[in-house]
Amino acid sequence: MSAQAPTAPAVARATSALSSTIGLKVVMAVTGIALFGFVLGHMAGNLQVYLPRGADGVWALDAYGEWLRELGHGGAIWVARAGLLLAFVLHVGAAWALSRRSWAARPVSYAKWVAKESTYASRTMRWTGPIVLLFVVYHLLHLTWGSAHPDFRTGGVHHNVTTGLAQPLACGVYVVAMLALGLHLFHGVWSLLQTLGLSHPRYERLRRCAAALLAALVVLGNLSIPIAALAGWLPR
Amino acid sequence: MKIRLQVWRQEHARDAGRFETYEAPDVSPDMSFLELLDVVNERLVLEGREPIAFDHDCREGICGACSVVIDGRPHGPRERTTACQLHMRSFPDGAEITLEPWRASAFPVVKDLIVDRSAFDRIIAAGGFVSAPTGSAPDGNALPIEKENADLAMDAAACIGCGACVAACPNASAMLFTAAKASQLALLPQGQPERWRRATAMVARMDQEGFGSCTNHGECMAACPKGISIDHIARLNRDWIHASLRAGRRTATSGDSAGG
Ligand code: HEM
Ligand code: FES
Repeated sequence: MSAQAPTAPAVARATSALSSTIGLKVVMAVTGIALFGFVLGHMAGNLQVYLPRGADGVWALDAYGEWLRELGHGGAIWVARAGLLLAFVLHVGAAWALSRRSWAARPVSYAKWVAKESTYASRTMRWTGPIVLLFVVYHLLHLTWGSAHPDFRTGGVHHNVTTGLAQPLACGVYVVAMLALGLHLFHGVWSLLQTLGLSHPRYERLRRCAAALLAALVVLGNLSIPIAALAGWLPR
Repeated sequence: MKIRLQVWRQEHARDAGRFETYEAPDVSPDMSFLELLDVVNERLVLEGREPIAFDHDCREGICGACSVVIDGRPHGPRERTTACQLHMRSFPDGAEITLEPWRASAFPVVKDLIVDRSAFDRIIAAGGFVSAPTGSAPDGNALPIEKENADLAMDAAACIGCGACVAACPNASAMLFTAAKASQLALLPQGQPERWRRATAMVARMDQEGFGSCTNHGECMAACPKGISIDHIARLNRDWIHASLRAGRRTATSGDSAGG
């Protein structure tokens, strides 16, 4: 069994694992966990937009942003950004490679096909994913670099959020993107458990509920902000 | 009953194929679906036309030969039922029913509704042998097997290899089939020595045959006439990950067995 020779270099093993559909799916699952962890943490941080100014007159969200940028002498944020970018590239790359295989595997589609077990979320993964991708680009232009923001102030996170999201069009983009993300996560969280083989009949209900709960948490937390901004409920 | 059929007709693998319409005015509700096709075919033969080619053998739901997508579902609308065990009473009088072959590049159409499913045989062959001692029959109960595992292995072994899982999957993935064939051995002590090698080899062959990539829709399980669960897919994923992490560690080969 030469393929399993003890000297097989790690690189060769990694490439052979990545040429497998299951290997690529494991990449999607692991990067999916990383991206999900980020969205959850990002959402929790964003909720500070509801907090008032501190004793020093600085908005809680601004202080939080400042803290993030200073963490580890300003290095932590770059490590996190590099990690996220890598996870994104791997996730999208694997999604693209696997989708192409699946399209090639069914060259002639059915004249009639009736869905039974799949969900709306599972059938739209290849739509909700790219929607989230486009949104991330817009979101960075809007609230990180500010070039898509009408009145961007560097370091003025609270100001940028409350004014930026109070515009109906921007608010709409955020709402649509978050609904897409919710669908993506509803199937994605369940799917990644299955991909990683974390399954047991006794916990099947639990897996479904956990996926629904986590997706709902991210979506509702994030949705509340643009809606509150548009309605003028955020502290100014 | 009156039934109208929209049937996929395709002369051979390279023919483009098209739908043709056939009327069946005198259908008994107690006929099986394949008997309906027999009746339609008899008339076609009498009219000097080419009968509809379809796969069938046992006609009792155990061989997996019959393989028609009936109105958008492999083997038709009834759960856990092969096309040969589906009866016309499952359809309303006057129904218009669409018949198509399994659609997957790994299952090329041979003719009309018949596809070549030998890719499945090659996946099984890639799984390889099971180490089993030869000689006289083992003593009863000498090899204890947990009841739960015995049951799960039997569930997996119920697979008749019909390919409905591939046909139903929006990705044309063969994960349920491959997982069932790997699980029926992975759950039993006899399957342990080659368990990890088998998982990677079968998955590699499955990919090589050009099946799509599973995205956990679950359509395979809903279409499976034997109701095989996608829990087996999770088990195959688990085994594949385990095997890949172990790769490079020394595993016993034939030369290691005692006495050469
Ligand atoms: C914040 C961003 C994202 C998060 C948190 C996320 C999360 C996930 C998770 C957890 C999975 C399940 C992996 C598995 O099946 O094992 C997944 C699958 C998938 N993702 Fe993403 N994803 C994100 C962005 C994207 C983007 C930008 C794309 C495409 C451009 C994309 C396309 C896909 C596709 C096609 C699948 C496979 C669908 C399936 O397995 O059913 N995702 N995603
Ligand atoms: S003909 Fe054997 S299962 Fe249908």
